[in-house]
This record gives sequence, C-alpha cells and structure tokens, in this order.
Amino acid sequence: MSMTNRNPYISFPSEILDVIKHTEKEYTFRMAFQGDVKPGQFFEVSIPKFGEAPISVSGIEEGVSVDLTIRRVGRVTNMVFEHMKGESLLMRGPYGNGFDLDLYRDGEVIVVAGGTGVSPVRGVVEALSLTEDAADKHVIVGFRSPDDMLFRKDLANWEERLDLWLTVDGAPEGYEGKVGLVTKFIPEIELKDVSSARAIVVGPPAMMRFSVMGLLEKGFKEENIWVSQERKMCCGLGICGHCRVGDKYICLDGPVFNYTESKDMID
Amino acid sequence: MGYTLTRSEFDQVLEGLSEKYRLYAPVLKKGQGRFTDTDVVIYDFVYSSSEIEFEKKSDYSFKEILTPLSQTLFFFTENVIKEADIDDSEAIVFLRSCDMHALKRLDQIYLHNGSHVDSFYKKIRDKLHFVLIGCTSSFQDCFCVSMGTNRTEDGYLFSVNFVDGRYDVDLKDASLEELFADSGAAAGDVTAAYVTENEVEVHVPEEIPNSVIGSDLWKEYDKRCVACGRCNLVCPTCSCFTMQDAYYTDNGKVGERRRVGASCMIDGYSTVAGGGEYRKKHGERMRFKTLHKISDFRKRYGYDMCVGCGRCDDVCPEYISFSNIINKVDAAVKEGEQ
Ligand SMILES: Cc1cc2nc3c(=O)[nH]c(=O)nc-3n(C[C@H](O)[C@H](O)[C@H](O)COP(=O)(O)OP(=O)(O)OC[C@H]3O[C@@H](n4cnc5c(N)ncnc54)[C@H](O)[C@@H]3O)c2cc1C
Ligand code: SF4
Ligand code: SF4
Ligand code: FES
Repeated sequence: MSMTNRNPYISFPSEILDVIKHTEKEYTFRMAFQGDVKPGQFFEVSIPKFGEAPISVSGIEEGVSVDLTIRRVGRVTNMVFEHMKGESLLMRGPYGNGFDLDLYRDGEVIVVAGGTGVSPVRGVVEALSLTEDAADKHVIVGFRSPDDMLFRKDLANWEERLDLWLTVDGAPEGYEGKVGLVTKFIPEIELKDVSSARAIVVGPPAMMRFSVMGLLEKGFKEENIWVSQERKMCCGLGICGHCRVGDKYICLDGPVFNYTESKDMID
Repeated sequence: MGYTLTRSEFDQVLEGLSEKYRLYAPVLKKGQGRFTDTDVVIYDFVYSSSEIEFEKKSDYSFKEILTPLSQTLFFFTENVIKEADIDDSEAIVFLRSCDMHALKRLDQIYLHNGSHVDSFYKKIRDKLHFVLIGCTSSFQDCFCVSMGTNRTEDGYLFSVNFVDGRYDVDLKDASLEELFADSGAAAGDVTAAYVTENEVEVHVPEEIPNSVIGSDLWKEYDKRCVACGRCNLVCPTCSCFTMQDAYYTDNGKVGERRRVGASCMIDGYSTVAGGGEYRKKHGERMRFKTLHKISDFRKRYGYDMCVGCGRCDDVCPEYISFSNIINKVDAAVKEGEQ
C-alpha cells in the first residue's frame, strides 16, 4: 500500500463538512474523505504542536465523507473541538483491518457496544439494519446515563428496523427506558440457533470481558465472536511498539480480532 | 581476500574511507560512565584506529545512529509543515556480530512490519555500511552463542580482528581492494574471529505457553526492578518510540513533532487518556519485555529478538540479570510440562 520512501507520517488536510454535537463532550466531525475505508478502521488525527490521536471511523458515506466521533479527553481532542465546519483537520490513514461486513450480513447476530464503542460498529449496525432479516440482528447499546447517549437519530432508526436494546447504566427517577449494564441483557435475547450466531463486542475493557463471558455462557462459539481493541498508539503503522500485545499489533492486525485470537492476547 | 595490517597501514585505510564515509565506532570515554570515575564505551565519529575501542564491549549500542534518542520529524510554523532534514551522509559503522544481528531486528520493525516503511529510518539505513569487529574472546554477560548470534558471515564491507597490535582484515567488498593494496597491507589468510563459548549460557524454550505469564517468577521484579528503563536504552533491539509534539514560542505558533525513545519498563508506556494503564506492576513489565525478546517476536518473524549482547545485565542498577530470567522462564516451562 505505501510506496518505499513515501513518508507515512505525513497527514493530509480534510475539510470538516459538518459538526454534529451529541453531548458536551462528544461531537461527530464529518470529514470530506473520499477514499476507501471500512467500519472499524481508524485515522490518526493530527494537530500540529499538540499531537495525534487514533480515532475510529464512525460512519461512511462512500465517496463523500467519513464521520469521526470524538470524545474530548485531553490535549489533542481538546484542540480538535476548537475546529469548526468549513475548517480542515489533518489526518492520516485509514489504518487497521476493520470489520468484514460479509461475516455478519446473514443470520443471527448480536452486537454489544458501550459508550464511544458504538463508533466503530455504527457502520456495521447500519448495514445490519438494512438486511432482509434485520429482526435477527440484535443490538445492545449501553451508555452511562441518558445524557450520554450518542447517535440518537441512528438509535431511533435502528429501533424501527432491528432488535435494539438501548440501556443506560443509571438514570434519574422517572426514566422510562432500560436501565442496567449491557451484560444484563445478553441472556434475555432469544436466538433460534446459538451455534451459528455471531457476535461483535466493542467498549471499555471490563465491559468487553464480561460481555464475552456472557456470550460464551449463552452458548456462542469462540470463533463466532469478534472484539475491537484499543491501546495507546503513537504511529498506527506497526513501528512505535506501544500497541503491541504478545505477537499482535493492534494497529496492524486489529483493531478487530476474532475471539480465538484475542483470548490469548494478554497485556 | 585477507590482509594483515600494521596500525599505520590500517590508519591509512581509515583515512581513505573517511574521504567518502563518516566512520562510527565504539569509543572509550574516560570518566563519563555511570559511576564517578568509571569509563563508558559509546558510539562516536572516528578518524583513526587509536580512537576505536577494540578491546571492550560498547556499553551503548550503535542503534542511536539509526534511531536517535530524540528525532525531529516535522517542523511547524504558522501555516507550513516542513519535514525535518535528516543527516543521511554515507557512513560506515563498526559493529560486533551480536549488533549485526540486532540490525536485522531493527530493520524488521522499521522496514518490514506490515506494509509501512519508516522513511526516516530508511533514509539513514540506505546510506549505512558496516565493518564487523571480530570477537577474539567473550565479554562479561555475553550469551551470543546461546542466541545463535556469535557469527555473521555477510552484510559488511570487511571484518577486522585486532590481535597483538595487528589488524587482520577479511575483505568482502571488492571495490575496496585497491585501498587495502595501496596501504601496503600484506596478504594473509584471515577470517572474522568469533567466539564459540560464553561463560553465560541460556536455554530459550522452543515454545512458551501462556501459562508462564501467570507464573510467580515475575513477582520478584515487582520490587527489585525500579522501572528505570536503562535496559531498554542500551538494548540494540529495543526500538519503541513515543511521539511528542511541542511548541517553543509563547504564542504557540512555532513547534515541532519529534519521536523519542520509549521504554516498556517505564511508567506511561501503555497509559491511555484518563490514566488507564495496562501493566502497572514492574514484574508485569518485565514479563512483557522478556516474552517479546524470546517468544513473541519469534512467533511473528521466526527468530528471536534478543541477540544475547548482555548489555542489559551490564547496565541494570539492581543487578538484575536477563540471562538469568531467560533460564528461569525455561525452568518454569519445563516444570509446567511435568
Ligand atoms: C484504535 C483506536 C480507536 C479510537 N477511536 C476513538 C474514537 O472513535 N473516538 C474517541 O473519542 N476516541 C477514540 N480513541 C481514543 C483516543 O485515541 C484517545 O482518547 C486520544 O488519543 C486521547 O488523546 P488526547 O491527546 O486528547 O488525550 P491525552 O490524555 O492528553 O493523551 C495523552 C497521550 O496518551 C495517548 N492516548 C491516550 N489515550 C489513548 C487511547 N485511548 N488510545 C490511544 N492512545 C491514547 C495519546 O498518544 C496521547 O499522546 C481510539 C483509540 C484507539 C487506539
Ligand atoms: S535496568 Fe534493571 S531496574 Fe532498570 S528497568 Fe531494566 S531491569 Fe528494571
Ligand atoms: S535483551 Fe539484553 S541481552 Fe538481549 S539484546 Fe537486549 S540488551 Fe542484549
Ligand atoms: S500504534 Fe505504533 S505500533 Fe501500533
């Protein structure tokens, strides 16, 4: 993919077509990137003099734009939030393997996503919602509280098209939706054939661990579970070493791993 | 083609080489060691043979020539991003066999891990040539024989054994024949010296099961290792870096992006936003480093990362011995098999 001697650390400017505000701390930046990209891949967003941050692709309009949903947590992400529609951000990528949509299109699927973990699977869920057997696509999405919900518009669409389980960890009194960790709902989903069902899990490390346990208990086969991992990254290219776990580089071999691989990856 | 050279003949060769190449070699720095009044051998420019330290192992490896401890990648002015120029003049580096093998490991990561080539590394690498320093005897803590890195048969211009004040050269690169002939060097039967035995021996298990990760053997290092990262710094095969951006004017208009050497033993290596850290305990970091050197790297590329130079043992302020750790892992694996 990269030509010898081309500097792989150089970013390109990409115009911000729109900024969608989900919460105080989470915005989606719609970028005028038109190249090939898959859900689950990521870009390194670069703010000169501040640094770079790996950010997942949270949406793709092929040949038109990609969405980056960013949570402001520090040096680089704070600066990203200073940028407005019409301005540009520097980025390089896409990097990583991403999700292979063909693996999930047919039959029964459970997607479990927590918080910003929804970003990397948003494109997958969107595709699942448009399948003919969308009723067999079960999506559990968890946020900390009702105020932390992302992608409300998508959630409303998904609610109509597939089997959505939207939950929050905690809510003020009078909240009418589901309350409880995502793991609580895994046993409640009714499947016709767990032996062929596939699952995707994305979210904070503890949430992923317990969700996978829940799926295995439910009877899922290990090889039918995929997870997406996050680690500290300084290059995205397989060189800086920070994202390595065992013999795997999250930035190159991942971030999406089949559970048969990821279960042996010990930090 | 073999030659035997006197000091002045060898100097004449070096002088000839200096016209076209910068020469880097191990150099003894008096009184600049870790402790007061100790010496240290590091890599530096040389022009003549008297500057080259042939009789000691270099405390620090050659790797900083290729992967500087701090390297600017970009300069930023208000609206312009400029790729930093790097010094890529033709150079010759004097290396021992273990370091020749270490070079292969650095190439593996910077040039051949996935499809991305590190252009900054490649620029320097393309201009480097090597001279093999023959090892006439093993140094303290070396275990190159166990790691299979005691011999190097190609990849260098010539080898040189320093014996009894003579410089015995085995010339590989025919284009230098004239230079050697002109120096007045006598032809001789020379092959690169290499050791066949070290005092330290290790046995690297063929397969290290994941159960070793949970072994008690790492606990000792929770306290004993002070996570100073010196072992990574001196290791010729440690190649990690961290990106660092900085601005140096008050208004923040001018700055740079650089990368600095990183150590998986030091706090912060795996820290993510919000303070989450994957390996807090020093024993866990030791396990992470060790298994990379003798297992994980091999799983990926088919050969071990550690070249057995022993520098990490030499430098550790807590006298932690890496060769010892390898043998403890071996024992733990054997115990697990029973
Ligand atoms: C594959 C991948 C995909 C990601 N996708 C998203 C996303 O879609 N949306 C989003 O908001 N965040 C995402 N993150 C996390 C995001 O990269 C971090 O929040 C961000 O790097 C923090 O940078 P900062 O300078 O703002 O924070 P600071 O806390 O100031 O960062 C300090 C340093 O820590 C490192 N760092 C901190 N946290 C992380 C982290 N989680 N991962 C990697 N490096 C880190 C950075 O290199 C940075 O130099 C993703 C991370 C990875 C690895
Ligand atoms: S040099 Fe010794 S004390 Fe320092 S990090 Fe390495 S093993 Fe630990
Ligand atoms: S781990 Fe120690 S012995 Fe092995 S190559 Fe690195 S410094 Fe040398
Ligand atoms: S992010 Fe640098 S090696 Fe993966």
